[in-house]
Amino acid sequence: MTDRTDSPLARIPETGRAPSGSDAETRLARLWATEPGWRGWLSTVDHKTIGLRYLVTAFLFLLLGGIEALIMRLQLARPDQTLLTPEQYNQLFTMHGVTMIFLYALPVLSGFSNYLWPLMLGSRDMAFPRLNALSYWLFLFAGIFLYASFPLGQAPNGGWFNYVPLTDRLYDTGPNIDVYALGMVLLGISTTVGSVNFIVTLFRLRAPGMSIGRVPILVWGTLTASVANVFAVPVVSLAFFMLWLDRQFGTHFFDAVNGGKPLLWQHLFWMFGHPWVYVVVLPAMGIVSDALPTFCRRPLVGYAPVALSTMATMLLGFGVWIHHMFATGLPALALSFFGATSMVISIPSAVAVFAWIATIWLGRPVFNTPFLFFAGFVLLFVIGGLSGVMTAAVPLDFQLNETYFVVAHLHYVLLGINVFPVVGGIYYWFPKFFGRMLNETLGKWSFWVMFIGFNAGFFPMHIAGLLGMPRRVYTYAPNMGWNTVNLIMSVGAFVFAFGILLFLVNVLASLRRGAPAAENPWAAPTLEWAMPSPPPAYNFAVIPIIASRHPLWEDWLTEGEGRSSLETGYLLMEGRETLGTTPLEARPDIILKMPEDSYAPFFLGLSGSLIFAGLLLHAWGFAGLMAAAAGLALIAWLWPSRALAQRVPAIKPDKGVAHV
Amino acid sequence: MSEIMRLDKPLPIGSEGKRAGGWWGLLALIVTEGALFGYLLFSYFYLASQARQHWPPEGLPPLGTASLNTAILLASSGFVWAGERCLRRRRLQWSLASMAAAILLGAAFVLIQFGEWEHKHYDMAAHLYNSLYFTITGFHLLHVAVGLVILLLLLLWTALGYFDGRRHAPVTIGGVYWHFVDVVWLFVFTTLYLTPYLF
Amino acid sequence: MSIALSEGEIAPLNYFLHSYGPASMPTLHLGWAFASIVVTVFLIVAALLSVALAHKRRPDTGGIDSDEGGLRWVYIGTGISTCILLGMAVYALLTLNAVARPPQVPALTLTVTGYDWWWKVEYEHDDPALNFVTANEIHIPVGAPVLIKLKSADVIHAFWVPVLAGKTQMIPGLTNRQWLKADAAGVYRGECTQYCGLQHAHMTLEVIAQSPAEFRQWQAAQRRRAVPPPAGDAGRKVFMDHCSGCHSIRGTEAVGAHAPDLTHLKSRRLIAAGTLTNTPEHRAQWIAHAQEIKPGARMPSMVLSPAEMAALSAFLSTLD
Repeated sequence: MTDRTDSPLARIPETGRAPSGSDAETRLARLWATEPGWRGWLSTVDHKTIGLRYLVTAFLFLLLGGIEALIMRLQLARPDQTLLTPEQYNQLFTMHGVTMIFLYALPVLSGFSNYLWPLMLGSRDMAFPRLNALSYWLFLFAGIFLYASFPLGQAPNGGWFNYVPLTDRLYDTGPNIDVYALGMVLLGISTTVGSVNFIVTLFRLRAPGMSIGRVPILVWGTLTASVANVFAVPVVSLAFFMLWLDRQFGTHFFDAVNGGKPLLWQHLFWMFGHPWVYVVVLPAMGIVSDALPTFCRRPLVGYAPVALSTMATMLLGFGVWIHHMFATGLPALALSFFGATSMVISIPSAVAVFAWIATIWLGRPVFNTPFLFFAGFVLLFVIGGLSGVMTAAVPLDFQLNETYFVVAHLHYVLLGINVFPVVGGIYYWFPKFFGRMLNETLGKWSFWVMFIGFNAGFFPMHIAGLLGMPRRVYTYAPNMGWNTVNLIMSVGAFVFAFGILLFLVNVLASLRRGAPAAENPWAAPTLEWAMPSPPPAYNFAVIPIIASRHPLWEDWLTEGEGRSSLETGYLLMEGRETLGTTPLEARPDIILKMPEDSYAPFFLGLSGSLIFAGLLLHAWGFAGLMAAAAGLALIAWLWPSRALAQRVPAIKPDKGVAHV
Repeated sequence: MSEIMRLDKPLPIGSEGKRAGGWWGLLALIVTEGALFGYLLFSYFYLASQARQHWPPEGLPPLGTASLNTAILLASSGFVWAGERCLRRRRLQWSLASMAAAILLGAAFVLIQFGEWEHKHYDMAAHLYNSLYFTITGFHLLHVAVGLVILLLLLLWTALGYFDGRRHAPVTIGGVYWHFVDVVWLFVFTTLYLTPYLF
Repeated sequence: MSIALSEGEIAPLNYFLHSYGPASMPTLHLGWAFASIVVTVFLIVAALLSVALAHKRRPDTGGIDSDEGGLRWVYIGTGISTCILLGMAVYALLTLNAVARPPQVPALTLTVTGYDWWWKVEYEHDDPALNFVTANEIHIPVGAPVLIKLKSADVIHAFWVPVLAGKTQMIPGLTNRQWLKADAAGVYRGECTQYCGLQHAHMTLEVIAQSPAEFRQWQAAQRRRAVPPPAGDAGRKVFMDHCSGCHSIRGTEAVGAHAPDLTHLKSRRLIAAGTLTNTPEHRAQWIAHAQEIKPGARMPSMVLSPAEMAALSAFLSTLD
């Protein structure tokens, strides 16, 4: 409680209306505008721009990873092919994994969440807009860092899980693994700062009245993933850093000859790696939980169970990592425990699956393109989850592990639970992002081609695995019984790729010539549909007051106390401002000052990334110089600013201001 | 709902104490960095528990210097706390003096740690124990160095009159970072210096 | 270049349909039980989804339906799934118990060490004179449990003979243990199943189960030292000059430890860790063109004159 209402340090927030075209709204637009041209491009902190950048960059990596896969499928279509040398194949399969799992799967979901969170939560931006920009730049530079090695034929080649001693300096002498190790540490910084941003945004920046039980499931999914990242990313960064030390400075962490333990790598990697796979699917499941009900014309069945199951899955996800190590010779007791937890973890997923099916059953489905993706996703989710249950059985995993059965499982869960919801999500939110509708006919074609191609390409992998085909082999003998399934897989992969191509054509064509989109073309319930398509830079002309989980469906549903107020709310236009609320009840708590556009994130991202380039090349002086530059950028960024009310208003300081 | 709209109470603006965005950001940073040290110490125990040679290979670690350093770091935390308290009570000179004392003590910690490193006969490639020792203490030292830079900046900003009794969120936030570094040291000290005597 | 299998062998790694010993039989049953349950569950869920999509609904009023109903589904569905999962978990643990240890004390212990892209096999005995070393081919007596100690000389490999047992990693610095038992005579193929570098795809082994009498015969033959041509022989000279740095032949001065022991080379069915069948032509091809057949393998393509090659081939043909 403040003593007096000092205007720079406290005030009563004004309420009112700011309809489009009014003086207030014009002023708001000017306050939040980004400079045009390259200046704005480098300095913007608008979460919508950053979200779209994430989406586009992640999709580019998806295409790169897909091309890598198609080349591999050409090599494996027939036995004993010589299209690729073993080294080329090993770099391709490693980079395919690295690209898809690290450069596509999470960044694409970060893109959706970055764009949508403030719109869904009723805020003008994320909690840390400059940090948001930094996380994108670091992601982009880390991706470039990892890929710069490819044209030189030095791409990482130890598999994406990079087991030692194969990746130690004795057996992998080139810079390939150093690229991977340092690139991952750099990418880890991006992931961590992004996650911190999501967590603080969720707890601080919701619209008043949006209590914790009213946020969309996508928000629950991303929040859960972000909390997990904060705990999980450090262990993989540490593991890669220790590997880099072993390789460059002769330390002995993983060096079996000198007391180090190769198994330590597996523990550290999977303690990160398993939570990571839930990180890359839980937000996508949230996309479905939010968008599917729109096309069932009713709210999601079991909001609370689904939100709780999201958190339960993530929590259990920290207790199953040994299931990637069942064949390492650990004691049967440990294996039994982790086998049991690995089965139990499918129970929260069952909650979600039945919730989605019930929502469809009790609703009135609209069979348009996004709906098809979400309905197809449910089937693929179930297949992926069930093959996972099979691998969770320890003795069965002794057979299935490291065969194509696991490859089938992981692709069903990764494509089924990430890619299909993502593409469906693009069909759903494209009108909001760009103000145009995607073509519906082409959309339906792209779904069916993708769905059929995917199943043709990946279902036979279960069979190949049961027939004993190991993973990560660049070729195979002709009479192992694997010829037919491999041919089908390769054909299916190309069909699936064609489906992706149709989707891309749809996107590119509709950007120019799609039908103009209204504010709420799907008659959906959540807040992002209560503003123009695309939204203005400031998102909300007034911060709304929320009374239910489905603000735009209040004409039909009676949920909360009264009606949400969307046209009248908090004006907050003394500069870039938004409202901070209490964590659970979302009562107004503080007026937050948002930063202007800034070049500091770009310079910090660039100099930070160049530190790693220096380390890779053993240019220690250069690395030190870049560290100093990064330090300066960071200090400039953090310098207390009056505009953000981080320091007191200028009072001429007398000597010894001690008695003010 | 309408009672939310009808506010006669003014709301604070900007970075106000523990409502500041930076406070929440720092807490998240502490969780993630704390996790990092947790995994480092896990690696130490994992490798130490399976060591077939004598552990530590050069005998039990000497406690004298490290204990002194622990006391120095704890004292510096005390001065940081005092500095913030003085600022809250608008006793600017005392605040500056406290912060300066904390920085000097922190610098002493760094110098003494470097001295301990010099004293070790071999480097981190010599054997596994040294790999762990230098990496763990090195990570901590890096965090201390960053902390010293932070404290210097806070000293500078306080001297420039940026903060007063009501607004000094960066001092609070930077102070908690320093306390975090101190707590981490207690864990590192216990692991590296005390546990060999117990097992 | 993989002409490794004899006629008529189809899908030799198919552990889903075939099991020839108690280390893998319980798993085969488990696999079938789980696969059946999983397929059934999928069909039920697919049916539920289909009905959910297709069933008739009352006409659209244009509005939004209420939030009621449906939770019961979630509870029932999850409840049934949990019960099924519990049963599956118990069955899996019982199976683990059945395959984790051999039913009797193993009659035979041997050590297999993974090397980059071949398998060193050591048969030990209390009397060291009865030890012997071979490569890539393991013989065991039918009906007796065998304990295999697993080591690695370089990177992590995994030992897997699917129709006999599950797989176990071979980790440098550790000795893991695997047991298996063959209930029928035959040739059982195995593969390395942990990515180990360039030629992970060509690291095959064979386990040959024989009647106890035949096994003892084989073992006695393997224990004998080689009886090669005398020191002046041209082929022997080529071998000692070019090959003995890596390869060993017991009974000669060749004691190389980096490559397969060749004492009884001719007794093996396959060479180059299962890449080629063991014929004189293939042996010559392997020696001259190893890097084309198995690029990246530690074996170089040896440059020998035709005379040297002929002499060497003749020499190798004496290694029964």
